[in-house]
Amino acid sequence: MAAVQDGQLNMEVEKDIKTEITNDGSGNINANSSSPGSTSSGGKSKSPAGSGEDQQTLLAVLQFLKRNKLTESVDILRREAGLSADADDSPVSDSAGAGSGGVPNVSADGGDANSLLSRVSIATPVAPPATAPPKVVAASGGEDQPDVNVVLSAYSQQGDPVLYPLYYNGLKKFIESVLDCHRAELSQVFYPLFVHMYLELVYNNHENEAKQFFEKFSGDQECYYEEDLRILSSMSKKEHMKGNETMLDFRTSKFVLRISRDSYQLLKRHLQERQNNQIWNIIQEHLYIDIFDGMPRSKSQIDAMSGSLAGEGKRDANKAKVFYGLLKEPEIEVPLDDEDEEAENEEGKPKKKKPKKDSMGSKSKKQDPNAPQQTRIPLPELKDSDKLDKIMNMKEATKKIRLGPDNLPSICFYSFLNAYQGLTAVDFTDDSSLIAGGFADSTVRVWSVTPKKLRRVKSAADLSNIDKESDDVLERIMDEKTASESKILYGHSGPVYGISFSPDRNYLLSSSEDGTVRLWSLQTFTCLVGYKGHNYPVWDTQFSPYGYYFISGGHDRVARLWATDHYQPLRMFAGHLADITCTLFHPNSNYVATGSADRTIRLWDVLTGNCVRILTGHKGPIHSLAFSPNGKFMASGATDGRVLLWDVGHGLMVGELKGHTDTIYALKFSRDGEILASGSMDNTVKLWDTLKAFDDVELDDFTAATGHIHLPENSQELLLGTYMTKSTPVIHLHFTRRNLLLAAGAYNP
Amino acid sequence: MAEERRPKQCTVVLPTESMKAMAESIGVGQLQEESCAALSEEVSYRIKDIAQDALKFMHHGKRCKLTTSDIDHALKLKNVEPLYGFQSQEFIPFRFASGGGRELHFYEEKEVDLSDIINTPLPRVPLDVSLKAHWFSIEGVQPAIPENPPPAPKEQQKTESTEPLKAVKPGQEEEGAIQKGQGATSAEAKGKKDGLMRMKPRSTHELSVEQQLYYKEITEACVGSCEAKRAEALQSIATDPGLYQMLPRFSTFISEGVRVNVVQNNLALLIYLMRMVKALMDNPTLYLEKYLHELIPAVVTCIVSKQLCLRPDVDNHWALRDFAARLMAQSCKTFSTTTNNIQSRITKTFTKSWLDDKTQWTTRYGCIAGLSELGPDVIKTLILPRLTVEGARIKAVSDGPVVSNIDKIGADHVQSLLLKHCASVIAKARPLPDNVEQYRADYGYLGPMLCSHVVKARAQAALQAQQVNRTTLTITQPRPTLTVSQSGIGGSGGSRTPSIIKVPSSLTLMSTRPGTPTQPSPPATKYIVMATSSGSSSTQQVLWTAVLLFLFSLKYIHSVLLDSPDIVPVKSLETPTHSRLFIFTIFYIVE
Repeated sequence: MAAVQDGQLNMEVEKDIKTEITNDGSGNINANSSSPGSTSSGGKSKSPAGSGEDQQTLLAVLQFLKRNKLTESVDILRREAGLSADADDSPVSDSAGAGSGGVPNVSADGGDANSLLSRVSIATPVAPPATAPPKVVAASGGEDQPDVNVVLSAYSQQGDPVLYPLYYNGLKKFIESVLDCHRAELSQVFYPLFVHMYLELVYNNHENEAKQFFEKFSGDQECYYEEDLRILSSMSKKEHMKGNETMLDFRTSKFVLRISRDSYQLLKRHLQERQNNQIWNIIQEHLYIDIFDGMPRSKSQIDAMSGSLAGEGKRDANKAKVFYGLLKEPEIEVPLDDEDEEAENEEGKPKKKKPKKDSMGSKSKKQDPNAPQQTRIPLPELKDSDKLDKIMNMKEATKKIRLGPDNLPSICFYSFLNAYQGLTAVDFTDDSSLIAGGFADSTVRVWSVTPKKLRRVKSAADLSNIDKESDDVLERIMDEKTASESKILYGHSGPVYGISFSPDRNYLLSSSEDGTVRLWSLQTFTCLVGYKGHNYPVWDTQFSPYGYYFISGGHDRVARLWATDHYQPLRMFAGHLADITCTLFHPNSNYVATGSADRTIRLWDVLTGNCVRILTGHKGPIHSLAFSPNGKFMASGATDGRVLLWDVGHGLMVGELKGHTDTIYALKFSRDGEILASGSMDNTVKLWDTLKAFDDVELDDFTAATGHIHLPENSQELLLGTYMTKSTPVIHLHFTRRNLLLAAGAYNP
Repeated sequence: MAEERRPKQCTVVLPTESMKAMAESIGVGQLQEESCAALSEEVSYRIKDIAQDALKFMHHGKRCKLTTSDIDHALKLKNVEPLYGFQSQEFIPFRFASGGGRELHFYEEKEVDLSDIINTPLPRVPLDVSLKAHWFSIEGVQPAIPENPPPAPKEQQKTESTEPLKAVKPGQEEEGAIQKGQGATSAEAKGKKDGLMRMKPRSTHELSVEQQLYYKEITEACVGSCEAKRAEALQSIATDPGLYQMLPRFSTFISEGVRVNVVQNNLALLIYLMRMVKALMDNPTLYLEKYLHELIPAVVTCIVSKQLCLRPDVDNHWALRDFAARLMAQSCKTFSTTTNNIQSRITKTFTKSWLDDKTQWTTRYGCIAGLSELGPDVIKTLILPRLTVEGARIKAVSDGPVVSNIDKIGADHVQSLLLKHCASVIAKARPLPDNVEQYRADYGYLGPMLCSHVVKARAQAALQAQQVNRTTLTITQPRPTLTVSQSGIGGSGGSRTPSIIKVPSSLTLMSTRPGTPTQPSPPATKYIVMATSSGSSSTQQVLWTAVLLFLFSLKYIHSVLLDSPDIVPVKSLETPTHSRLFIFTIFYIVE
């Protein structure tokens, strides 16, 4: 009891602090960003086409600011509101406006890629005031919410609470009586309707009616909504609605349903005949019904796509073109020996395969038509060491094993022993020479798995004594005395949840509960930068395949794109309705995929900051993502133990792999994309035949246009093998360049 | 199912009594019923809210178990100060007690003497995290090495032997998966794809070269002369997970070995073979059901055979009989089912030969040993009624004319065996008092001796009961849901106060040991130093000096700096008596 009082006290204090920071308008305003929940509304308010709704929100914000005597901010906001309406190419509105729900507005500045970085550096001084006003709402929205009424105003209209169950029952009877083909579609209405009716009852202080309503009808809902229902059930008073994130999600985002025109007409006619305004209002206000022409969908089709917190993705949300092809590999002079052989083997190389194959005949510089322009986003230039590495990569690739259903990979398992503090994240370098583990005791440990030990660079004093002209200077700068098999990196103050090596093996990223992302040097084994921006736990972070950029996402529901040499994010991807649980770069580095606890996956364009894909279908928080090496497909794994396969270009689900019984924490495609390996909490590694899975999918124009996918029934046919560990949950998988599968996990006696 | 559960979710709230108890603990008496109800609803909501966030941390920590640190992090997320002091990793530190119509969950904090801690040796330094690689699969086949789970888990062996008709369905979850892991050759995979129903999985009867070598080494070591080697071999049999395929060979080896050596009266070898049986039975990955037809006759032979050694008067073949009888009882317990009826068949065999008058003393001994190992019920129904007859027989041998030395020894052994096993059973079954005459009347010749044994057994039982009582008294752990609520409320600092208030105003040191004995490296021990000081700064100073000194002595000075995050004043609150209360939590980190 006293805990609650304390809590509120703390919140007050916290709020004060936050407002203070905001007033400063200082550089680290981003660090103060958006408490969960209201980011989406913040994002919304900035969509370039300032609609009436946005105006309203703005006014509400202004009112709030005035009430709190934040005159400075009011001025800034006024100015900005005018500005942002007509000048939508400001980078801030780009990044913040990304959350607008994937309206495919490839804005005017889409082309001038090189300006991305320069603009950021210019924009930095401008950015804080611009982002500030919505942030204020954010800070207050999550914590205290004097304006909770504004958010909830839609619920203020009320009917007779006794009639709610009658209304609902009436609709239920009607839907049960319609033709079979429409029933499945119309049944989708139940869940959002149920939620909003319940919330309305709660909001209007009809506690008992709400409880009864819940008890009566919660059993009818689909089982995959159970999690949300549990949250909902605990919310039985109006006071609880303040600050409850789930509630805000339902309010701020419309639940999206896809219904065929016929079914919709049926529903509309029924409701109008019965004069059932209560339900009709809810449908109008809180639901977004995406009407399509054609055959109604079947129950299994609907079930495959539903399950996310806010319904399915709108169809037009997935219409934007995604350049999923790979970038052309730079021409590298392969030195000396067997040049021909190298060239030949390049064809077998997965990463470079696509573009190479296309260009093979003419040897011209023709590009993959699906690939983005080489310079679409600025990429770091190749260093000599990178080139050497690429050559090594090619050489290794010649020894690569071709995998297939008849030729399964060997698996080497790295067990972490005595990890009583809890292993929370693992990563391998691309060449499989180093392993890093993040632990719940805030440490990061790096191991060398080759005989080459880890050495530190000598101290500055010693370095000055080195002959800089000598050939082996790189060898001489290393301090032999520090050689050891593993190194520990201290710096975080909370469990380390995400970890990622840079492609050149010089850096390591780690994200932690303490809200920071840290960049570590693997030369000196010290922390170089702490990126502060997320105020809440950062669940995952990932380097771009080309280095330099990285993405992070966490509890604050915003994914941030960073460059290693900027202390502020370049892009903020807002739009998810719950924690971002995993992040991943597309192999061509132009896109970023994020998986979330709202059970959706979003694909973001790095250049414009827009959301270009919303993929729904998972029934639990998503914990792992993987792109196929050719960039065309994606796999995702969730707590529900299912792996879903996606066609990135069309934004469609193309497969479902059932078999795991617990959360899937690791997914990886083999280097040729022929096999997908999945590792799970249920102590198994499973191998799947993805070639077959992708071949089986028929993508005719109709499916592509409507997104109504028929999934192959039996995913067991795609299962190639299951391997059980004794008692080790599998939390990371990695294919070496020769297609040996490495797995890692902490032995759990 | 889900439908049934959901309505429940809706209504779960903390009982109002807890609210009252908590209010009392922080000095608020007489809370209105309505406010209690309102409070409990509010608190329940908050707790659920926090628990949901804590789950997120559990998922990201890649665990299946919610820990106290998850709750701490969830509290931090909500801008609430975490609960310091609940760091136990492994178990829930709450104890349950009831009395006077009230039920209480409390946090057990023992008083510990400082000097005790200083003088006890430091705990073992936990091993550092290390990385170990092994082959998990080689070209699709999982090698049978100790790091991997056994190729055919015991459950599968069991289903195979008990329900042979329940064929392994292709592509089915557990069995199919294991099958594939075992030998996912392309042919097999294809067979599965065709959806063919195979009646029984093909099992390999050929041993690889390595397995043959292993078999040879093991069998040689088991019956060889070097005891050290034998111990190793038996150890290997008892623990190795990959012996499944060699089991038929081992079983035949033992059965043939017993057959030959019984004839040759080679006691030593028989003992070795029985030890092999024991090792096989101890192996947790083997299921011996299919081989009992060979093993049981061998074991029974070692129990009841007329002669097991060359010089029955000198050699201790009795020990072998006892050992084999124990093995028999163990296999009865493990493998007896309604279909094979092992236990009743064995019992019948033993009883039959025991009842036979012509049976020799050695066999007689074996039968009794075999029966009595089967448990007190068997003793009660089969042995006790025959004690008089058996007593007379023993009397005839010991008092009568000297027949042969061997018979006399046999009778002696039977007598002590009967006394040993029957005494404990009688002690339980028979009411007091233990009257010698009564015993003589009931059990004949053995009566008086039994009586004294029973008295001894009773005394021992009483002693044991005492100890058991003491240890089991407090160990009841509440359900996990309750703990969540407990710790949630603990945040108020309220629930713990009663125990704190009782602490005298001198320095007390509380220690909890969160580590479980099985864990090789117990997590850092936590010390809570508590003191009440009535506003005088000097006492405070003294206290701190004491703490510092103490930690100095433990050589953990570095964490004692006041600004170090490891030391945090947990809570300072006004108690009704206006004495300020400080709790300091100090952790030391074992490096």
